Amino acid sequence: MASNVSPLPKAGPPASAAAVPALAVQDVALYFGGLRALDGVTFSAAQGSVTSVIGPNGAGKTSLFNTISGFYKANTGSIRFFGDSVDRLHAPDRAKLGMARTFQNIALFRGMTVLDNIKLGRHAHMETSLLDALWYFGRARREEMELRREIEERIIDFLEIDHIRNAPVAALSYGLQKRVELARALAMKPRILMLDEPVAGMNREETEDMARFILDVKEEWGVTILMVEHDMGMVMDISDHVVVLNFGQVIAQGEPREISNNPEVIAAYLGSGDVGDLRARVQQGRGRREVA
Amino acid sequence: MDWLFLAEVSLAGIGAGGLYALTGLAFVLIYKATRVVNLAIGEILMLGGYVFFGFAAGLALPTWLAILLTLAVAGLFGGVVERLLIRPMLGESPISVFMLTIGLGSILVGVVELLWGANPLQLPDYMPNTPLFIGEAYVSAKVATAFAVAAVTVVAFLLLFRFWRGGVALRATAGDQAAAYSMGIDVPRVFSLAWVIACITAAASGMLVGAIGGISPTMGVFGLSVLVVVIVGGLDSVLGAMVAGLFIGLLEALTGAFLGGEFKMLATFTLLVAVLVVRPYGLFGTHEIERL
Amino acid sequence: MRIGAAKQTYAADEALFDTTVQRAWLIGLFALLAVFPFMAGPYWVYMACLVAINIASATGLNILTGYTGLVSLGQAAFMGVGAYTVAWLEVNVGTPLPLNLILGGVVAGLAGMVVGVPSLRVKGLYLAIATIAASVILHFVFSHWTAVTGGVSGLTMPPGSLFGLTLDEPHELYWVIVPVTVLMVFGAANLFRTRIGRAFIAIRDRDISAEVLGIRLLRFKLLSFALSSFYAGVAGGLWVYFFRVVTPESFPLVMSIFFLAAIIVGGMGSILGAILGAAFMTMVPEALKLVVGWMSPWVPDAVALLSPVRTIVFGGLIVLFLIFEPQGLAEVWRRVRRFFHLWPFKT
Repeated sequence: MASNVSPLPKAGPPASAAAVPALAVQDVALYFGGLRALDGVTFSAAQGSVTSVIGPNGAGKTSLFNTISGFYKANTGSIRFFGDSVDRLHAPDRAKLGMARTFQNIALFRGMTVLDNIKLGRHAHMETSLLDALWYFGRARREEMELRREIEERIIDFLEIDHIRNAPVAALSYGLQKRVELARALAMKPRILMLDEPVAGMNREETEDMARFILDVKEEWGVTILMVEHDMGMVMDISDHVVVLNFGQVIAQGEPREISNNPEVIAAYLGSGDVGDLRARVQQGRGRREVA
Repeated sequence: MDWLFLAEVSLAGIGAGGLYALTGLAFVLIYKATRVVNLAIGEILMLGGYVFFGFAAGLALPTWLAILLTLAVAGLFGGVVERLLIRPMLGESPISVFMLTIGLGSILVGVVELLWGANPLQLPDYMPNTPLFIGEAYVSAKVATAFAVAAVTVVAFLLLFRFWRGGVALRATAGDQAAAYSMGIDVPRVFSLAWVIACITAAASGMLVGAIGGISPTMGVFGLSVLVVVIVGGLDSVLGAMVAGLFIGLLEALTGAFLGGEFKMLATFTLLVAVLVVRPYGLFGTHEIERL
Repeated sequence: MRIGAAKQTYAADEALFDTTVQRAWLIGLFALLAVFPFMAGPYWVYMACLVAINIASATGLNILTGYTGLVSLGQAAFMGVGAYTVAWLEVNVGTPLPLNLILGGVVAGLAGMVVGVPSLRVKGLYLAIATIAASVILHFVFSHWTAVTGGVSGLTMPPGSLFGLTLDEPHELYWVIVPVTVLMVFGAANLFRTRIGRAFIAIRDRDISAEVLGIRLLRFKLLSFALSSFYAGVAGGLWVYFFRVVTPESFPLVMSIFFLAAIIVGGMGSILGAILGAAFMTMVPEALKLVVGWMSPWVPDAVALLSPVRTIVFGGLIVLFLIFEPQGLAEVWRRVRRFFHLWPFKT
């Protein structure tokens, strides 16, 4: 469905501007009192790639996401988005630039329908003023209808959620809620899509669906993907680049294959013990969630 | 500047502040244990005054018996209110519960008016009336007695909190309801207990306040000052209620004496706004950290 | 029995009243409103005006509390700001009625915005109490800024006029009050079909994640405060045209509680809810008055009972609705409608 619609602006094939990464995190540190949640984190996500951030629980992955999207202010370091520094921008401004994200513990708005939740994603790009809104007919209506058409054609069809568009989100299953969250992020006109554990708690089939959607978004929309995920199978399957965090520091990064053979990574996941066994499990993509 | 006058006014203010602290404690107790902001606290205080009036003047019982019966009725009332009105609201939004207590307050005012009429009444004199001098400064014996009783009660409270089994359960519940529950603490009973004790405390201050200034269906506005006390001190802070109680009492007395009675509310509420702007959780309240 | 309606366009799917039956009802309602002052006696027209004023103010509060999740106990005080502004303009400037109403709303809206400033840091119940502070401080201003507000004796103003007609009877003011209220309710309903309304609901449901999704919290919280107080201000303006005198005691804290109670009883976060709630809560005391009137031959002192009974019923309604019907009258209405849609196949 979405394939015949022109891709979003600035999201051309990666080859054209590959020199500038979509996201460049440079030496970022974040302290909570004495606790170093992030410490000298440096990595970048190339345009049009899938970059995964992995690491044991408490390694700072979600803190990293929150820092990138502007919910936390980094104590030091800088973040560049398509070459421009976003350090001085607040979260809503970063969202408007095209940083779209989902949340680890689903942050849908329970008082709204699926459709309204998705529409909300477009908020920063809409212009309806208060007076337009109160009168509705005319400008506000035109903008709303345009948005509705685009959401229906590009997002709802694409993610196969047309049967639930008018359902209240609270009534949906966990897997569907995750999908609606992805839909909302897509409505944000993303240039980078930050997914915080997109398949956590999903069964095999749902995981495969989600992996397919993520790859489709990358291919058809030309959107760069940054992802936090524990499901090693999925990470190794779809990532172009993997960054490993532990205790707030990057302990390794590279292609999936290098990472899955890196003893330091395996040790970080296991702590200590039978490295050989864990390596086997990581390589088979089953080393999820048992990690502490 | 008349220093003697200043001293007398200050003493009277601190005396009144003792009652604020005591009532504030009742408020904080309920908030800590059940997370309910009880706006009916002023009306429960009023009820205490009237029930005492009913026993002491209406039935002409001896003072000590009237006091005991009033406290018993107040405790029973607290238990019943918690069971019938507050328990069903468990899990509802704090706003709903807060409105529920406003409704309860309104019912109490109506009932008292129905039973005893709308006109102010005088409680039978049960406290010493001989003028008291601290140095040269005159203090009303009633205020001094009330302050002494309030102080003793507050201290008793703190000891109970620290050493009594129920007090420990209360503190545990305040810290983490779910954890307390899983440790075998009967959380619903703790809720009841909190309401029973708080209503007894409020009724006690009702008898004290009534003895000083008489009782009327509108004496619930005392609760408005108490509200300022607990917000300034921090909703969940016992120490805050005591410090802010004394301070607000003093502030009201001083503005009343030097600027005029109509400035009292202005002064306290301006202080409230100032404190909230600087410390949104009150002077000693717990700052709750928000997570994405 | 009604079956689902197939819709051809997205616009039809998003219309406020999406079926022919609903539109017919709406036209019927407007027709009723238009003939009402000719059919009903003066008492009922008087009550209709009062209900409409309360609906306007309750709708405003619903935007702030029901939809944005910011509890305010200052709605009556903002009505006061609107009322004083209008009365002052009528007495001292003599500007035309529509302009006065708008200015009353704007001044109240600005006051509301100032009160909303702490809302970024001060949350939940702390904020509710801060709005009590605002109403205490405004009350003080009303009674002490004598040069403008007339102090404790307040302002008395001549009847308003529109198009050369003097409006000093309820059945004349009806033609100002009811249309203005209809417009304001319509505006509020529209708001929640657009990005602004969605932003409000998002702030209510989870304000911190709303921020990461591109919603500027402070701006929209202030907007909600301003809009809600604007509604209150216009309602206050209508109120003062209706009663023609405003004193510091005209808008007590209890009245703010009344509006909060109205949206709870009606249904928070529902346009219909604010309408039903405000109408219901305004009519209940009147119904009690009637009951007391009937009882007076049998019950000695029945009239003296009226005030306490009213207080009890007021509190009782709040408590009962919160416990047994937390979605309010709007939900009751939906249930009744559903019943008739399926009737007679399901009872």
